This record gives sequence, structure tokens and C-alpha cells, in this order.
Amino acid sequence: MASVKIQDVRKSFGGFEVLHGVTVPIEDGEFVVLVGPSGCGKSTLLRMLAGLENITSGTISIGERVVNDVQPKERDIAMVFQNYALYPHMTVAQNMGFSLKLRKENSAEIDKLVNRAADILGLRNLLDRYPRQLSGGQRQRVAMGRAIVRDPQVFLFDEPLSNLDAKLRVAMRTEIKELHQRLKTTTVYVTHDQIEAMTMADKIVVMHDGIVEQMGAPLELYDHPDNRFVAGFIGSPAMNFLEGSLVGGETPYVETANGSKLPLAASRTGLDGKPVVYGIRPEHLEFADDGVEAEVIVVEPTGSETQIVARIGKQDLIAVIRDRRAVKPGDRVKLRPVAKAAHVFDKETGKRLIN
Amino acid sequence: MTDHAVHPPAVATVAKSDESDGMSYLETLPSRIVTLYIPLFIIVVILLFPFYWMALTSIKPDEQLIDMDSFNPFWVVKPTFKHISKLLFETSYPRWLWNTMYVAAAATFLSITASVLAAYAIVRLRFKGAQAVGALIFMAYLVPPSILFIPLASVIHAYGLFDSPMSLILVYPTLLIPFSTWLLMGYFKTIPFELEECALIDGASRWQILTKIILPLAVPGLISAFIFSFTLCWNEFIYALTFLSSTQNKTVPVAIVNEFVDGDIYKWGSLMAGALVGSLPLVILYAFFVEHYVSAMTGAVKE
Repeated sequence: MASVKIQDVRKSFGGFEVLHGVTVPIEDGEFVVLVGPSGCGKSTLLRMLAGLENITSGTISIGERVVNDVQPKERDIAMVFQNYALYPHMTVAQNMGFSLKLRKENSAEIDKLVNRAADILGLRNLLDRYPRQLSGGQRQRVAMGRAIVRDPQVFLFDEPLSNLDAKLRVAMRTEIKELHQRLKTTTVYVTHDQIEAMTMADKIVVMHDGIVEQMGAPLELYDHPDNRFVAGFIGSPAMNFLEGSLVGGETPYVETANGSKLPLAASRTGLDGKPVVYGIRPEHLEFADDGVEAEVIVVEPTGSETQIVARIGKQDLIAVIRDRRAVKPGDRVKLRPVAKAAHVFDKETGKRLIN
Repeated sequence: MTDHAVHPPAVATVAKSDESDGMSYLETLPSRIVTLYIPLFIIVVILLFPFYWMALTSIKPDEQLIDMDSFNPFWVVKPTFKHISKLLFETSYPRWLWNTMYVAAAATFLSITASVLAAYAIVRLRFKGAQAVGALIFMAYLVPPSILFIPLASVIHAYGLFDSPMSLILVYPTLLIPFSTWLLMGYFKTIPFELEECALIDGASRWQILTKIILPLAVPGLISAFIFSFTLCWNEFIYALTFLSSTQNKTVPVAIVNEFVDGDIYKWGSLMAGALVGSLPLVILYAFFVEHYVSAMTGAVKE
């Protein structure tokens, strides 16, 4: 196991820069998730960490060693690919033992390590099968087994669950997390799915357009997003955003174009009249008589909770309520944002002003 | 959610039964005969007739060969193995067969080895001009042998390889490498990139990736390149005719034409026997590998 340091790393393809100086410290044994929309550079960063892409500038170190010019096989890492990349002409056991065989381990040792990994992942009775004879989840597990047998310093996962169906994805998510708790190997995990990021990570790194927007513990990002992008990206259903201008004083609020007053717990001086974006998560909208009037558009019950799409002025908001309230489309309701859970972002820069 | 779970299968069943109703008129026997069996029968007859004619001629007694009035030309009475035994025991036919096989095997081996390396480099090693090199190799394939055989003859002469099997072994790759390279390039492209990256992380060198990952997966492609090259060498006529002169060194296609045609006298029996025996090894080869051949032309690597 080892810590990983990514220090001001840049990457250009031709003259086009896709990573603009990314710095990510990763502690020994930490489970770090790189998350962001497609094209944000997260996979490129992971591939640079693996040694599959050159580093244009900056340094990457694994443990105490700078690995910029180190071959992938010398980096002591293992990677799980999105399409698993199992060798189709080898059995499960041969797939898992391939790296050991290249390392010229003796066959008794290979058997021992492969069997141990197979036991951890419940693959013991599949060892003689070929990849084409396995289901998606089993292949996924073999891909992880191949990583485990090497006992590397760092595990790299590149969107490993995106080829699985929804139910299996949830199950494998738990399995990977459990595996990490057991092996405690430093892990870097790339995904575009913020729920995977939230549920699995010790630390989330939110990336967007080649920069790190914010990094931190999942709930820290959820509760205190640094900017509008992170606020909108983390959380499902996504945070509601309403444009307006800030009004200070004893009871500060944000006033929207149609005159609705959205409450705030506190404000800062010098911001009066500033055009801002008011952010409120769906679960922080309550039914209350002193709320903002809204028209119910769609009601989506999921059983444990109900999502209500409501329209204020010209803007749709999503509210999530846990009690079973008899609302139907067309109803006029009053929604009140929980003042202390509201976020205020600068309209121009998107940076957080108050929260 | 439950609604969703129940409805789509119902819809799917309806669509399915609809479809089978709509298409089922094609399943009747008369229409199958018209659309499938008659065309197939015609194709098979056209393709196999030359074989039949060849086999028939090689076992016909001499008097039946030309006399089409007293004998049915499409049948044989009192077949004889005279031509075949004469071919095998009174001419150098076994030697010609051996020459052909030796030349074809050596040229094919040489070509496939070169093509594997070329195709892998063009497809997977990112170097400047890889595309251009690929295109140039293909251009080389477009130059017909009928233009090249005179200049090549002087090259062969200059190297003192005239009338030696080596001349053909070295010249045939000019035809074989371009085609095999293109065929293998297409095949290598279907092998997922991640497999190689994964092998790279697993600690394999480029050479190990090629020999332990790529080649085992490209076996169908290799087999079809092999069959194609081997067939081309086996049938090749113009270079063999130009570069070889002594009877001992000839290959089958050239030898039977030279030895069994005497001025304007065609020894049809021996000629056809020679052609028949000469095509058998290829038929056997195809029969063994036909599945791989087809899968290489149509398929890709499945995980």
C-alpha cells in the first residue's frame, strides 16, 4: 500500500490541453473517487496514473517514488477496465495468474495466490471457465480478482460498473466497498455516476473541464458545495436553482424576478442587490402556509418518498417529501425552503457566497 | 415500477406473433424450392461441373476422349486408371507436387511472418505515417504480375536464382504480403485495445503481448491468410513459367501444361489427371479450415 500524489498535472493532446493543472493528494489506504461528466478528464488522469498516457507536465508519485517515466508494469498498480478486458482465450484461473506467470512465479505459488483471490471473490468453482461462459457480474469479479492476486500498492478502477444492469451495479458497489474495507489498498476509482461516488468514496474529487472543482468527503461536498457545478452535480434529484437578487437586513432573503421571497439563515454585508443563484435541495422544500406559491406539475411516488415537480413562475422545482400527502397535478401548493439549508452562489462566477 | 415490469413483455409477445404471421408465407415448401433450392442447385452445378469434367476425363480410356458421337461425353464406360498411373509412375509428377508444396509452404511462411509484424505495427504502434505505409502496401497489391514478371526476371537472373525454387519463394511474397497484411490489419483492429493495455499493466512486453495475447486471438485471421497465400502460390503460373526451366524444378501448374501438351497435341487424360491430383491437397486444406476461414472474414473477437 502507498499514498499517491498528483501534483499540478497537465495533459495535452496535440496542442489541445485537456487537464489544466490537477493536484490531488491521496492518503495511504484511501478510497478516492474521481467523478465528473464525460470529457472532464477523469479517465485521462487515471490512465496517466496507470502509465498508459504520458504526463505533459507535473508529477505523479506513488509512495515516495515519482513515476512519470516509469513503465506501467514497474508501477506496482492493478487496473480494472470498463469492459473488463479479460483475455478471451484464457480460463479464469489463467486470466488471474497471467501477471504472476509473467513475473515468473512458480506454479505452486501462482495456484495459491489465484485460489486465495478466488476465495475472496467467490470464484472458486468458476476457475476453469472461459470469460465468454460468465455473466457480466462474474466477469467483473474476475477482473477484480486479476487485480487482487498481484497485491499491488494501488488499485485503479475505470468505470467498472457501467456495463452492468442497475440491480447488479448496486450489489457490486457494495462488494467493491467491502473488499476495500478488507484489503485496505489505496484505490482510485473513476465514475460518472455521482451515486457511486457518494456511496463508495472516502474522498470525492469532482472534476469538470480538466480542473478539480472540489474535493472532500462525500457529505462535506453534499452539504457545502464550493460552487454551482458541484452543487448541481452531487445529489439526486439535483439541487434546484433559482435566479434572483440578494436582499440583506435582519431577515435576509433572495428575491426572484416574479417577486417570490426565498429565505436565508444569514447573509454577508456588502452583497445587497447582487444577482445571485439560490440553491435548495429537493428534500429541503417543505409544505408551509408562509411558503412560495407553486403549481404542481407532476407527482412521482417511489414508495419511500414522493417527488413533486412544481412550477414557481416559469421555473420548475423538484421537492421530495417523505409523508404521503394527497397532491395531484394542477394543485396550487405553498413550498417553503428551509432557510438554513439554502445555498447562494454568485450568478457570474458560480462561486458559493453564503451557505 | 411494477407497471413497467408487466407491460413490455406483453407488448413484445404481440409484436413477435405478428411478425411470425407476416413472414410465415415464405415458409411454404413451393416457395422455398423457388427461392432457395433451385438457385442453390444451379450454383452448385455450375461450380462443380469443371471438377466433374476433370475427374471424368482423367479416367476415360483414350478412344472415348475425342469421339463424342459414339460415346456420351458426360459419362464414361469402362473407366481406366491408366492416365493416373502413368502420371504418377512414368513422369516426374511426384517431384512437381513436392516442388509446388515446398515453394508454397516456404513463401507462405515467409509472407505471414512479415505480414503479422507489419500489420501489428501499422495497427497498434502509434508511429508517424502508419496510415501512409498501410496505403502503400495496399498499392503494391494493385500492380499486376503480368507487368512485373519481365523486370523481376532480370532481377532473378542478376542474383543467379534462375531455375531455382528460391526464385519463387522470394518473388511470391511480393503478391502475398500486401494482401495478408491487409487481412491481418483488419483482424487485429477487432481485438480490443484494453486487452493490450491490461497486459501492459500485467507486466507483458510488446513481444509478449503479440505472442501471448494477439496471435492466439488472431488464429482465425492467421488461418485465412495462410489458406489464401498457400492457394495463390499453388496456382501461380506466370512467374513459375518464367523463372523455372528444367523439368525437374517445375511446379504442377506449369509442368502439366509443358509436359502434356506437345505442340498442338493435348494429352487430355494425363492433363486432367494432373490437374485433379494437383487440386486435391487444396481441397483437403479448405475442408479442414473452412470454419475458421469464414469466421475470419465475418467475425470479430468475442469476449
